[in-house]
Amino acid sequence: MTVALFVPCYIDQFYPQVAIATLELLEKFGVKVVYPPDQTCCGQPMANSGFEHLTHSCNELFIKNFAGFDYIVCPSGSCTLHIKDHLHHEKEEEKAGQIRKRVYELTEFLTDVLKVEALDARFPHKVGVHQSCHGQRGLQLSQMSELVAEPFSKPGHLLKMVEGLELIELNRVDECCGFGGTFCVAEEAVSVKMGKDRVKDHVEHGAEYITGGDMSCLMHLEGILRRQNSKVQVKHIAEILNSKQ
Amino acid sequence: MNNGDKDHAALAQQFNRDEPRVNWHDETLWWVRAKRDKAAHTIPGWEHLRETASRIKNNVLSNMYGYLQQFEENARKNGVIVHWAADAGEHNEIVCGILQKHGINKMVKSKSMLTEECHLNDYLQQNGIEVIDTDLGERIVQLAKEPPSHIVLPCIHKKKEEIGELFHEHLGTPEGNADPQFLTHAARLHLREKFLTRRAALTGVNFAIAETGEFVVCTNEGNADMGAHLADVHIACMGFEKLLPQRKHLGVFLRLLARSATGQPITTYSSHFKKPRKGQEMHIVLVDNGRSVQLGREDFRNSLKCIRCGACMNTCPVYRRSGGHSYHTAVAGPIGSILAPNLDMRKYADLPFASTLCGSCSNVCPVKIDIHDQLYKWRQVLMKEGYGPAAKKLAMKGMTFTLSNPGVYRFAGKTGRWVMGKMPFIVNNKLNPWYKQREMPEPPAQSFNEWYKKNRKAD
Amino acid sequence: MNGIKKTGRLINTDQLRDIYYYMNSREKILAAIKKSQPAPRELPVLDFPLPDDMDAQEKFIAVLSSIGGAAHTVGSYDEIQLLINREYNDAARIISLVPEIESRGQYFEPGTNPHLLEDVDLAVIKAQFGVAENAAVWITDDMLPERVLSFITQNLAVVLHRRDILQLMHQAYERIGGRDYGFGVFIAGPSKTADIEQSLVLGAHGSRTMRIFILQS
Repeated sequence: MTVALFVPCYIDQFYPQVAIATLELLEKFGVKVVYPPDQTCCGQPMANSGFEHLTHSCNELFIKNFAGFDYIVCPSGSCTLHIKDHLHHEKEEEKAGQIRKRVYELTEFLTDVLKVEALDARFPHKVGVHQSCHGQRGLQLSQMSELVAEPFSKPGHLLKMVEGLELIELNRVDECCGFGGTFCVAEEAVSVKMGKDRVKDHVEHGAEYITGGDMSCLMHLEGILRRQNSKVQVKHIAEILNSKQ
Repeated sequence: MNNGDKDHAALAQQFNRDEPRVNWHDETLWWVRAKRDKAAHTIPGWEHLRETASRIKNNVLSNMYGYLQQFEENARKNGVIVHWAADAGEHNEIVCGILQKHGINKMVKSKSMLTEECHLNDYLQQNGIEVIDTDLGERIVQLAKEPPSHIVLPCIHKKKEEIGELFHEHLGTPEGNADPQFLTHAARLHLREKFLTRRAALTGVNFAIAETGEFVVCTNEGNADMGAHLADVHIACMGFEKLLPQRKHLGVFLRLLARSATGQPITTYSSHFKKPRKGQEMHIVLVDNGRSVQLGREDFRNSLKCIRCGACMNTCPVYRRSGGHSYHTAVAGPIGSILAPNLDMRKYADLPFASTLCGSCSNVCPVKIDIHDQLYKWRQVLMKEGYGPAAKKLAMKGMTFTLSNPGVYRFAGKTGRWVMGKMPFIVNNKLNPWYKQREMPEPPAQSFNEWYKKNRKAD
Repeated sequence: MNGIKKTGRLINTDQLRDIYYYMNSREKILAAIKKSQPAPRELPVLDFPLPDDMDAQEKFIAVLSSIGGAAHTVGSYDEIQLLINREYNDAARIISLVPEIESRGQYFEPGTNPHLLEDVDLAVIKAQFGVAENAAVWITDDMLPERVLSFITQNLAVVLHRRDILQLMHQAYERIGGRDYGFGVFIAGPSKTADIEQSLVLGAHGSRTMRIFILQS
């Protein structure tokens, strides 16, 4: 099984340790991981701003980089969802369709494809999970609080395998953090207020770390935590699942 | 409303100047969402109910032409006078004409978002007709000279102390009394007098039945009934999308409506108006006002399935923290943001961007409108049609260029991180909206791409 | 213009202009809809199984109390009369539409002005049936002297037979079927509002209390 590692642009640029943890984690499970070096971005920032029609060349590059692999794995629910829903190309539609089917967010790949039942990881801390909306409602990584349906959580399932880790409860299990792509600057006031409220929920329930599958949300929450001089830190789920503390 | 041509972001920023008030607004609406969740969870087969409602509405949209004529014919047979209004202007003229024909210059009105959409009150006032809104929340915002901020909870943005002051000024209640029980009772007495003295009553319509020609109005207060049953003339105004095929379909929708809206098992009153009572005149005004255009937009037509429960507003994290008035349109929140651009793309180009696309709205919607997907689609339409600022387009083109060229991307990344690492004041200043209330991420020494080249290339 | 030919009577210019104007809108709207509406979609079958673990009366009473109403299980009309005498001792005007229950004060003249019902303290009416899942009762205008009675009265009392408590709204509409009425209403509890800071207040514009007497026989 050959897996292509799809690293979101902001992880590449600002949080390389998340991509390293993802790579190491996949390798631990015996997966052959290839990193296509010419990758840049999935095109979501443009598309969410209403410029999907300008993402043509971006899509072309994505297809060039990622066609032909058994799976494509990405440590971001949001970028994965964008590819799944919006990767199209009139000349390469067949390849685009294949990619859309084979792209997986990290925790769903671990749960659904590798069917991970045990982890060699230790992280002795109180951890709050921030469900990114695209991962949760878009990819359905966990049950959504609005629906009358059986609860489940793929990230939660994995985190429970981490030694010493204590998951905290939240008042609002899946409220959006307010990052929202360009929303975070275009609607600065509401975005920050949403982020502050999310942080408060975690802090009040004793979280030492806030984790999640999307570094973009966590970057936003981290920015607020640091402005508050809070000791609470953010950590991508890949880092925790790969942790040997 | 007068919002000084500010867009959602600017109005939301204004709303956020008072953080404790934002917290209060957010908590109040979240409580309504929680009540909705509780009610939904007591219904086995809730999701099946939503699916059924959605499919009934899909059927209605696909046979609107037939159902509308069937409804008209049956309503006429029932002795109801049916009018057709192509737009808001015609709707207002029709209502005004009916009142003038009867020499009526004072009317009571129960909740109708359609009349808000058409700005009926202003029009009637200009024509010398006084309108008293009789829903308590609507009466409160009417006294405050404000539009409703929520389709189900019109004065959810107002604190009881402010309402106490309004009532003191307009209804003569004692100064400083802000007890909800007391104020509600004062409004009961004040409005009873109006019900007993007005010869015309206007109501909205929640559902209209093609099979029988009847229409259903739901209220908790009983104000629609007090108005309609005491008046000589009853005018019911409805967007044509309110139709349902058969009476039995009400069973599905009445189970969903109040539970989704407020968590109640049903509204106190679900009134089925079929024929005028003896000596009374009953009118129905069927309104298009852009709906037939929306029906033709494949990506957006199913917004017409909306039953105006307001669940999408209560769950929307943006609505809860920006307030209904920040949407500067009659129907606020997520559903309003996909309805309004249909009426005026330029004026409402900001609304589809007033969302993080979190998707909670689509999950609570009792008729399964794909609200957040439509917000995304509206963004595409609006930018493609040129309703976005030119600078944004330029920035997006620049971004596309960078992200389509790996060499440029890597170079830009390096300089970007270099700038942030070495000269943080360049980015970390007050002009950067990110930095205003948030720290920037710490730039790492190297990107993953660089790390990979150093550490794995040899493998 | 078809409308004018069909009516086939003389009309003045004003009316002509009106008819032209509005018929035109009607045709315009219908034509636009015809052009816009999507390909036909099937109506779904309504398939909602009855909850088997639910005692309809028990559920009805629990829901009614949660929405601010009060239920009394009674064995006879005499028992209802006693309860009414006790609970509404001060009522000056009671209009009972249930023959077994006494009225008090001024009754109504059929066909009189509905405004004259303004000072009714208590209305006693019979419901055709009730619905357990939401504690709503179904009332139609053929049972009322004036439609406004059940709204304008300060207090509302309803007599309901236990056997007439249905489980779900779907059964309710099956029971109503194609029946004709001028006006029908589901009433669930007293009128209420939470418009002021979401504080629930009973007694908005309609009746301030609602009592349901469930006859066991």
